[in-house]
Amino acid sequence: MRVIAPQAMEKLVHLLSDDGYEVVGPTVREGAIVYDRLGGMDDLPIGRGDDHGQGHYRLRDRGDKALFGYVVGPHSWKKYLFPPRETLVRVLRRDDGGFETAPGEAPPPRRAFIGVRPCELAAIAVQDRVFLGQAVRDRAYGARRDGVFLVAVNCAEPGGTCFCTSMGTGPRAHGGFDLALTEVIDGDGHFLVAEAGSEAGGRLLERLAPREATEAERTAAERVWREAPARMGRSMRGDAREVLARSLEHPRWEETAARCLSCANCTLVCPTCFCAQIEERPDLEGKVSERVRSWDSCFNGEHSYVIGGPHRTTVAARYRQWLTHKLSTWHAQFGSSGCVGCGRCITWCPVGIDITEEVAAIGADTGGSGP
Amino acid sequence: MSARRPTLAVWKFASCDGCQLTLLGCEDELLTLADTIRIAHFPEASSVRVEGPWDLSLVEGSVTTPEDAERIREIRRASKHLVTIGACATAGGIQALRNFADVEAFTRQVYARPDWIATLATSDPIAAHVPVDFELRGCPIDKGQLLEVINAFVYGRRPQIPASSVCEECKRAGHVCVMVAHGTPCLGPVTQGGCGALCPGCHRGCYGCFGPKETPNAPALSAWLSRLGMGRDELVRVYRTFNANADTFREESLRHERDTDH
Repeated sequence: MRVIAPQAMEKLVHLLSDDGYEVVGPTVREGAIVYDRLGGMDDLPIGRGDDHGQGHYRLRDRGDKALFGYVVGPHSWKKYLFPPRETLVRVLRRDDGGFETAPGEAPPPRRAFIGVRPCELAAIAVQDRVFLGQAVRDRAYGARRDGVFLVAVNCAEPGGTCFCTSMGTGPRAHGGFDLALTEVIDGDGHFLVAEAGSEAGGRLLERLAPREATEAERTAAERVWREAPARMGRSMRGDAREVLARSLEHPRWEETAARCLSCANCTLVCPTCFCAQIEERPDLEGKVSERVRSWDSCFNGEHSYVIGGPHRTTVAARYRQWLTHKLSTWHAQFGSSGCVGCGRCITWCPVGIDITEEVAAIGADTGGSGP
Repeated sequence: MSARRPTLAVWKFASCDGCQLTLLGCEDELLTLADTIRIAHFPEASSVRVEGPWDLSLVEGSVTTPEDAERIREIRRASKHLVTIGACATAGGIQALRNFADVEAFTRQVYARPDWIATLATSDPIAAHVPVDFELRGCPIDKGQLLEVINAFVYGRRPQIPASSVCEECKRAGHVCVMVAHGTPCLGPVTQGGCGALCPGCHRGCYGCFGPKETPNAPALSAWLSRLGMGRDELVRVYRTFNANADTFREESLRHERDTDH
C-alpha cells in the first residue's frame, strides 16, 4: 500500500487524462453530488457531505476538506456503461431497393471512473454478468466497458439508506478495481492510502505515489472500513430471496401499490436495473431508420406489452415484479442478487418507499430466520 | 407510401394557437414535411384551402360552444384519421376551469348582454364529442412528438409516444430530483413525459402540462406534497392548470376541495 496527499488527486486526474482517458467522477451540481467530467481536483465535492432518508436527500458542509466525504448521489456509473439512450444501428435504404447498416454511435471514449464505491463496483459486476456473461454478448456495452479504468474509494461515509454490509458488497472493495483509495481524516492529518488492483493500476501508482504507507497509516485506513458498517442506516434480511419466493400472493403488494407512484425512479437510479426499450425511428422520407435503445422500467405498462396488451396492468404486479426479480429470481438468472445495498431506491423514491422495510414486512408474516 | 401525398388539415377550436405553431416551428423538417404530405388546410400557414376529405386532421382546442360541437362532427366525417393535439384538445385546457364553476354567473359578470352569449357549460376534450385516433398531449405539444405522430400516420404504424412519467425523462437527462433533493413540490411522478423534463431541468417542479401518466397515483403524491408543506387550497390549485379536466387531476382536485369545504 502506498500513501498520497489529497493534492495528489490533481496529479491523478492529469496522469489519466494524459494517458488518453476521459476522466469522470463526483462533482456538485443542482444541489447534489453527481458524476460528470473532472478537469482537476477542484471539481471534486471538497468538504461536502450528504444526508439520506426515505425520499430525502440534502447536501451539507462537512466542515473539513474531505474529497470523498459523501455517500452516493443519484447518478450511477451505469449512465456511462449503459447510457440512457443510444442508437444501436442505422439502417439506410439503397437506391436499388436494398438496405445497408451503419454503426449507430461513434466509438466510445476510454473512460476513467474516479470515486467508485465498493457497492458500485459490485453493481458494475452485476451488469457485466447481465450484458457480457450471457450467451449473447452486448457489443455496445462491451465496447464501453473494456476500456474503463476504475479508481475505487472505500466507503467512510455510509448513509441513512445504505445496507451494503448486509448485501456483502462493502464498505471495503475486494477487487474489480485498478486502484483503490481509502481517505483518512483524523486529528493527525488528511491522506489517502492507495492499493493497486491491476497491472495498469500498479503502473499508475508508481507514477503517482512512490512512498509506502507506514504501519500507522495502514491501521488508520483499516479503522475506516471497520467503523463504517456501524453507521449504516438500513439492513436487508439475509433470506430475502426465499421470503419473496414464497410470498407472491402476499397482501403487502396491494398495500404498497397504494403508496407507489409507478414513476420508475427506483429502477432508473438503481445501478443494476438494465431494462430497456428498443424503438425503430424512421425518418420522414423513409430513407434512414435508427434503432434506438433507451432506459425503460418494469413500472411502465408498455414494458410488459405483448400481443393483446400489457400483462402487468396493476401497480401491485409491477412492484412485485421489480422486488422479486431484484432480490429473488435474479439469483437463478444471473447467479447473484440484483441488489447491492446502495440505498438509492430508498433515497430517490419521491414518496420514500423502502425496499428493506418492504421485505421485512413481508418476511415478518411469512416466517423464516430473520435478518 | 402511395405516390399521392397524404393530405393534412389543421383545425382550431378553443385554444391559444400555440400547438399549431409547433408545426410551423418544425423549421428544419418543414420542407421535408411539405414534400411528404400535402398541407391541404392550415390557415395559420397558408390561405390555400383544399377541400376534404383529408387523410389526417390535426385538431387543436377544446369544444366550448354548440357551433363547435357541430363543427367537430363535420371534420370527423371528412377525416380518415383524426389526431388531437395539446391539452385543450385532449383534456379541455385551462378554460376547463369553467367546469368547476357556474358559466352563466361568469357571463353575467363579464358581458353587457349575456343573453347574446351561446356557450356550453363545460370545456370538453374533442374525444368527448367524436372518436379520436390518437391524442397527443402537452401544453404546448412537443415538436419531436408531433413529427413522430405525423410520421407514424404517413407510414401506417403505431406512434411511439410513451405514457410514462416525467421522472423517467429527468433521470435519463441526469437531472437531480427537485422534490427529493430540494423539497420542491413536483407533479412529475404523476405526469406523462414528453416535454423532456423542461421545468425540473430548470430547478422547478413539474406543472403537469402533459396530463396524467399511465396508472397515475395522485392521492399518494398529494399525501407527500402535504408533508412538504402544501395546504389543501394549494393541493386543489396544483392539479387545476392546463389539464384540470383530465380525469385523474379533476378527481384529485375535487377530493381536496371537498376536504376544504368540510
